[in-house]
Amino acid sequence: MIIGLDVGGTHSDAVLFDSRGLVRDIKVPTNPDNLYETLLTAFDLLMEGQRPEDVKRLVLSTTLATNMVVQNTLPPVAMIVSGGPGIDPEHFRVGDHYYVVRGALDHGGREIEPLDEQQIKAVGEQIRAAGLPYVGVVTKFSVRNPEHELRLAELLAPYVERVFMGHPLSGVLSFPRRIATTFLNAAVYPVHRDFFTAVQESLAQKGIVVPIRILKPDGGNMNMATSLDYPAQTILSGPSASVMGAIAYARADESCLVLDIGGTTTDMAIILDGVPVLASGGIEIGPYKTLIRALQTRSIGIGGDSVVRVRDSQISIGPDRLGRAMAYGGPLPTPTDAFCVLGLADGGDRSRSVQGLTPLAAALQLSVEEIAELIFTTACREILTAARNMVSDINSRPVYTVHEMHEGIQIQPDRMLVLGGPASQFAERLTTLFPGEVMPVPHWQVANAIGCALARTTCEVTVYADTARQVVTAQGEGYHQNIPASFDLGNIREIALELVRKKALARGANPEFVQTEVVEEAQFNMVRGFYTVGKNIRVRAQVKPGLIHGYDPQTETLNRSDL
Amino acid sequence: MLRATHKTGLVFFPAFDWAIDPTHPEREERLLYTQDQVFEEGLLDIDGIVELKSDLVNIKDIQRVHFCVPDPWAVITESHLISAGGAKTIGMAVMDGTIERGFALVRPPGHHANRVVHGARGFCNINIEAIMIEYLRRAYGVDRVAIVDTDCHHGDGTQDIYWHDPDTLFISIHQDGRTLYPGSGFLNDFGGPNAAGTTINLPLPPETCDEGFLYAIEHAVLPILEDFQPQLIINSAGQDNHYSDPITNMNFSARGYARLTSMLKADIAVLEGGYAIEGALPYVNAGIIMAMAGLDYSHLREPDFNPDRLHQDPDVTRVIEKTCNYALEIWNKRAAITHTVRKKPDCGERRRQIFYDTDNILETQEETIRICDDCAGALRIDSISDRGVRMLGVTIPRKACSRCIEQGHQWYENGDRNHYRHIFLQDRVTDRYSERKD
Ligand SMILES: [Zn+2]
Ligand SMILES: [Zn+2]
Repeated sequence: MIIGLDVGGTHSDAVLFDSRGLVRDIKVPTNPDNLYETLLTAFDLLMEGQRPEDVKRLVLSTTLATNMVVQNTLPPVAMIVSGGPGIDPEHFRVGDHYYVVRGALDHGGREIEPLDEQQIKAVGEQIRAAGLPYVGVVTKFSVRNPEHELRLAELLAPYVERVFMGHPLSGVLSFPRRIATTFLNAAVYPVHRDFFTAVQESLAQKGIVVPIRILKPDGGNMNMATSLDYPAQTILSGPSASVMGAIAYARADESCLVLDIGGTTTDMAIILDGVPVLASGGIEIGPYKTLIRALQTRSIGIGGDSVVRVRDSQISIGPDRLGRAMAYGGPLPTPTDAFCVLGLADGGDRSRSVQGLTPLAAALQLSVEEIAELIFTTACREILTAARNMVSDINSRPVYTVHEMHEGIQIQPDRMLVLGGPASQFAERLTTLFPGEVMPVPHWQVANAIGCALARTTCEVTVYADTARQVVTAQGEGYHQNIPASFDLGNIREIALELVRKKALARGANPEFVQTEVVEEAQFNMVRGFYTVGKNIRVRAQVKPGLIHGYDPQTETLNRSDL
Repeated sequence: MLRATHKTGLVFFPAFDWAIDPTHPEREERLLYTQDQVFEEGLLDIDGIVELKSDLVNIKDIQRVHFCVPDPWAVITESHLISAGGAKTIGMAVMDGTIERGFALVRPPGHHANRVVHGARGFCNINIEAIMIEYLRRAYGVDRVAIVDTDCHHGDGTQDIYWHDPDTLFISIHQDGRTLYPGSGFLNDFGGPNAAGTTINLPLPPETCDEGFLYAIEHAVLPILEDFQPQLIINSAGQDNHYSDPITNMNFSARGYARLTSMLKADIAVLEGGYAIEGALPYVNAGIIMAMAGLDYSHLREPDFNPDRLHQDPDVTRVIEKTCNYALEIWNKRAAITHTVRKKPDCGERRRQIFYDTDNILETQEETIRICDDCAGALRIDSISDRGVRMLGVTIPRKACSRCIEQGHQWYENGDRNHYRHIFLQDRVTDRYSERKD
């Protein structure tokens, strides 16, 4: 059996899944001040009458780290960075304990300026005196040569409990993002560790002993041991749960727009030829631009419970939510009340909805039914406009080769997959406004938790080779080898695929079904003087985001004896 | 937090899959380390710096500027459409006001491409700055434009295209043509009889340092720009003046380039040459972007930068001062110079041989301009390459007077089809390009 649990801002959804398919699903309100309690409540409810030893897989998506960042409750940590020529690293200051030290590397990873060990030890003393147990160390171009970061970590080890380095986070070049991401990793770490250790222990007491897996914003998961090294990779995983919940219904030859319409917001994403589109940079949250890989998603403040008002003789929806719809005892009219008026909602007190919409109708000189129609259509149109903007942003991403320019893939969604509470009502109306097919995802209320349950373990590696210097490196993996000068793209591709496979297994992937692929590769002749001295080769490989092997979306069953 | 004080757009098109040939300086690898540096610095994440996707130019955009023999498809690759498109994208964004300034960090370059194109010269096939400018003139009604070419090589192609245009001020600062390709761009090359003085050449001696370049900007370029009052300033931002460039002999530094960029305040910069791809380009390009955006670049320097090694020889300084004074004098006396020039009976004629080093073609050209006080003058070009293709090209300028329009049509219609394989008319008044097919 598999448990998928998605802690959302308002609700938490949990599902129990086995070879028969969805066995049970539950929804509990989220208590943002006590996520631990929310989780355990959900588990208890879900596991009622089930045998805990049957649980073979457990995937969680939580807002724990997200909330810390958004609510600015991160504990203080120290940061030590060295930049060298370029933008003054002072501009990338995070937190109150930020030290810029000597030392520099160039774009090829060659040392320009050595570290000053005395200076670093002096900083270590200061950090210890300030009582900070965690420190992040980041150097510019550390993904090309981690020597300085490794030495910094070594020198600081006596002064702190744990050092977080920048280069293992991502092979992507961006010194400022590496600083922000390392900072978040160090800052999220203690709360993340305590929380999940506590969850793991409580589950063990209930007899569930499988290792916890945690969902990431790229639509994949990692095991708990890995998450202790990269706790910031749990930030903003919510939308990826929804996308993974829809992905089984996206065909391999079309582009699908995924809409997760919740109470407060609508999250949207694109699945192109069966694969979710990844964001070109990393996650941006609060003041932090990071290297955390994520699906390309967009969120707008329109949901079933968004407040509806009349402004300048126009209907205005959201972005705020002030509790539930009036039909369910809430204070102000919402799109859900419009459904209620139109007879599209199950349950709810229609008379309260009518009462709520009456003043709006009067303001626009419409009947209550007409205003309900207008609210419904306006919500749909605004969602579609936001979706169109997102697609156009993806389509206008820069490309760097003649070939890509020529290919010029322009996304034009063929189909829409809708999930979330009011999915069925919205899907019906969106059909009239969208040229393609609109389909509510089966079990749309909890499809996000299903996505969470069935998501694969994902990871990526970046490999960089210089055949003139006869080296190949993948800094994030601590990999550094000598290679013959004759190595070419094919050899490096092989290394990258092998490394990503190994990494995926370490993070909890199923060894029998690891689907790896190359996402980016390039090979350049390095010419010095008039001679080709070697090749500069770059390969990025990943585990393709997707669902675990054995799931059949047609029958909605799981054909796996081990789970 | 870091924020650009000038909203700056960037088109980055390194053409990672295009080269003239595998070991040519203009090869795939050229902007690889620049990309590494720009990405690692996080320049594209800075508030107020936006990356734009390059658009393509179309054939009409090229024909507005060039006579391509036998046709545009024969002399360009798709990569040229994209690099010119990058410049055009930046130009449009500046005109639309979505950005304040912009930098087209693109390749292949274009400033050695003349009005007539039989092939590639100086690694250039089509003039990407001119294509952008003429598009902006057509689409946005821009009139007065200044181009400041800071590539180490004389921008002879751009000079050729604007030789007769009094509304385009072309200033080229370059290593003295007696010591470097293409061997042109001397002080006395100041433009045709209808546009004397709006071409300004500042040949600088080899070993010119930051000091000399910035002197020329401050004492010649800026005063002339101030006087000319352009609506747009374009910088042909070649980076081969760098002290480590393998094919030139100058001593300019990355911080010097950044300083030059701050002083020039160009609306649009377009990358031209620059072949020290590891030791210079990453830093020079980062410096230009930072300077355009108004960011502090005082921490920027090359790993091997040593200011003690980059002291300018006093003799060099003296030559530069003299050159700048002379250029200013040409500018100030341009009315009198026009008068003198026009006294020569054959002042409207130009006979030249043009060598296409990249494609190994020799072109022989005869040019006739109608001397005119009312417009830039109708232009007739008779050109033959040593591959035997002869063409007649006629340009009716953008703001042509009725008599120049008439003259242009006459030249076009009277061209002898037995004599010329191609007869082209570039009618800028109607923005039409035609080839006679009778
Ligand atoms: Zn040059
Ligand atoms: Zn005229």
